[in-house]
Amino acid sequence: MSAALDLHHGGYSAAGALDVRAPGLLRFITCGSVDDGKSTLIGRILHDAGAVPQDQLDNLEADSRRFGTQGSAPDFALLVDGLAAEREQGITIDVAYRYFATPRRAFIVADTPGHEQYTRNMATGATGADLAVILVDARKGLLPQTLRHAFIVSLVGVRRVVVAVNKMDLVGYNEAVFREIERAFHADTATLGFIDAVVLPVSALTGDNVLAGSPHTPWYEGPTLLSHLETVDTESAPVAQVAPFRLPVQWVNRPDPTFRGLSGSVASGTVRTGDAITVLPSGTASTVKSILGPAGPQQSAGAGEAVTLCLADEVDASRGDMLVAAGDRLVPSSRFRGRLLWMSTNPPDPANILLRVHNVTAPAILTVNDRIDIETYERHAAETLPLNGIGHVTITSDRPLVVDPYWRDRDLGAFILMDRVSDETVALGVIDAVEAGPAGRERATGQDVPLRARVLRLLAPEPPASADRLAEAVVWRLVISALFGVIVMVLTGSLAIGFAAGLADAVARTLLRAALRDLLAQIQLRRGDVHIDGSGI
Amino acid sequence: MIQLTHLQKLEAEAIHVLREVAATAQRPVLLYSIGKDSAVLLHLAMKAFHPGKPPFPLLHVDTTWKFREMIAFRDRRVSELGLELIVHVNADGVAAGVNPFSVGSRVHTDVMKTQALRQALDTHGFDAAIGGARRDEERSRAKERIFSLRSAGHRWDPKGQRPEPWRLFNTRHKPGETFRVFPLSNWTEADVWAYVAAENISVVPLYFAAPRPVVQRDGTWIMRDDNRMELRPGETLETRWVRFRTLGCYPLTGAVESRATTLPAIIEEMRLSRWSERQGRLIDSDGAASMEQKKQEGYF
Ligand SMILES: Nc1nc2c(ncn2[C@@H]2O[C@H](COP(=O)(O)OP(=O)(O)O)[C@@H](O)[C@H]2O)c(=O)[nH]1
Ligand SMILES: [Mg+2]
Repeated sequence: MSAALDLHHGGYSAAGALDVRAPGLLRFITCGSVDDGKSTLIGRILHDAGAVPQDQLDNLEADSRRFGTQGSAPDFALLVDGLAAEREQGITIDVAYRYFATPRRAFIVADTPGHEQYTRNMATGATGADLAVILVDARKGLLPQTLRHAFIVSLVGVRRVVVAVNKMDLVGYNEAVFREIERAFHADTATLGFIDAVVLPVSALTGDNVLAGSPHTPWYEGPTLLSHLETVDTESAPVAQVAPFRLPVQWVNRPDPTFRGLSGSVASGTVRTGDAITVLPSGTASTVKSILGPAGPQQSAGAGEAVTLCLADEVDASRGDMLVAAGDRLVPSSRFRGRLLWMSTNPPDPANILLRVHNVTAPAILTVNDRIDIETYERHAAETLPLNGIGHVTITSDRPLVVDPYWRDRDLGAFILMDRVSDETVALGVIDAVEAGPAGRERATGQDVPLRARVLRLLAPEPPASADRLAEAVVWRLVISALFGVIVMVLTGSLAIGFAAGLADAVARTLLRAALRDLLAQIQLRRGDVHIDGSGI
Repeated sequence: MIQLTHLQKLEAEAIHVLREVAATAQRPVLLYSIGKDSAVLLHLAMKAFHPGKPPFPLLHVDTTWKFREMIAFRDRRVSELGLELIVHVNADGVAAGVNPFSVGSRVHTDVMKTQALRQALDTHGFDAAIGGARRDEERSRAKERIFSLRSAGHRWDPKGQRPEPWRLFNTRHKPGETFRVFPLSNWTEADVWAYVAAENISVVPLYFAAPRPVVQRDGTWIMRDDNRMELRPGETLETRWVRFRTLGCYPLTGAVESRATTLPAIIEEMRLSRWSERQGRLIDSDGAASMEQKKQEGYF
């Protein structure tokens, strides 16, 4: 690595250049109904943040005169509506991804289309977002499409939303209008499980409360849109940190007879060399011999890392299989229930469905259980779904798959459906519950974990990041227990009692800690239950 | 839990995409255009399949008008890494005397790049072409999927793209249809340079400032890389300190005046620049929607 830069501080500045101070990254989308001002808002943010290069600004002027909706003034939507068809019609058809940064944070923003016809593109942008900015036209209030987007955002697990009540300039910055929309949003989306829904009065056109505060809204005391986006907490749920290790095998790396590795991106948890793992769905046990990361061999790997694992045994594992920590309670199953967004103009054709979940593609049978009304969020009996329909479904695959509810594990609980004949992607969805079907196998148990690894793990105070830290923790535990033994020996004058006390201290504390940790994990998982994505529906 | 940095996340995402192509395509190929994005892409491909080699060849579509330093760099890199390189030249175009001066940048690019790429993919039967394009480069690229489907005639249909939720790529296609795959979709120019510096990746020396023979033409500095380029009346060749932000055909690639001879200097210069990197590319300013048009016709 060069001395001037290192991987730990990369970010980019407004002008698109490196800024070593940029700490985190926020991925957000804009969504809402047609013409509520989504593209204009993104263009306005990019412009005011200085993220638009001069040559693009020059183009904007010419484009605005030709296609603009604001007379001779710049039409900021043209900065993001990049397709010829979009510019001619003044609409957004597909997602635009834009990148910018402020000194406080780097951002990836996806500007999504509002037309119902292009809901599939909006949903594409919503998956993977940390936050959604839902726009509402102050003159129109909440529209059906606003509620549909709010639902989709919740469905794919976006917990944080900002409601930007836009075009405040057109309602004279009237507080009552704003308050009514604020009230209606909270009331109408109460069941969607948003954890913090901030409502802001803005004007994308004039820039009020976008980057700078507004002199026109003295009654509004909250943050501006950008300052909220710069500071909003993006920490993932605590569940992710206690989640067990899982890695969907993506590619088997065997360049020559001497090397065989299993490559993939870690879905959750942490794995260390020496760990006992199980290959699912077969249930074969093995141990991690070595871990290869992008920079070479490493001792451990965590969620999001793309690695290659070598196992101690020649086990049968291929693309679509899952490596899990020994003791993971995952049970392969061929039936699950979930919710999906149907994205094809043709109704579901049960005979031709292909399911893709993590790295597995399998023929599946789709049963629609009901349809959700996107305005009232009520469930109606239905056997099929129209284009852009959302409903509860049951999916039965032709073989047991290693899946888990989306609220517990995103990588194992998100799926798409493809049509075997047209090859199109016809649905996206999330798993709510996995049925312990007839194909469910015995649970993977912890029995195969080598005793040494288990004892070491028990002794460590918390899941350590490396073998070094584990060894350190173990030594400390033994030193402290030995000290305790010595003190007891001195006090009682008996070597035997001192020895016994030291030993008892080491064992009792270790077990107590392990029990506590387990309990904490259980509680956190339960709490996760409460925040089921798109919960309450 | 270990927190990944921004660059580490981008790196992991790109490796994931590269492995996905290898696992799903019948006959993938990596489009190697010798520039900084290709350098990063190749570096990531070496990592993704380590200790093995990338399970696909490299393809360079040579217009015969690339900078000589690019070709030398290409051949050196490929032999250092021991990889298979396919160089494709549109022989029909050469025979017809197509060059940037005879027919202009638009036709030259169409014949020697777009058509040449289509020829190469068809000749070898490649069904997935991995490229280093980034969404931050240009506004129609900002709309592109990571796995981008092309119809049998290599056309891109920007209005009918497949949804691409999460990382659940739909890699199915009909005979004749192909994919363009963009592992660096979410990287910015700054990320690329930060990564080049952090990983010590070697890039073509043309990115660094040096005294070079240039001529002022069409409002930019064009380097006269060989004597196929004739001076127009009134033009004089001068030696100036310049460097390039992007690399393409030398008569169509503008240089910027610069004294940045090191990576930190380049990064600092870019931070202060108010112009996008594509500004130096004459082929982009052919028309308002020109990149989109070229992409629809099969341009990379
Ligand atoms: N007066 C006013 N007009 C706006 C505002 N925001 C957007 N517009 C206009 O509303 C129209 C639709 O905007 P656009 O950004 O394309 O909406 P989108 O469909 O949500 O992306 C355009 O004519 C914009 O100029 C605003 O805050 N005030
Ligand atoms: Mg729009």
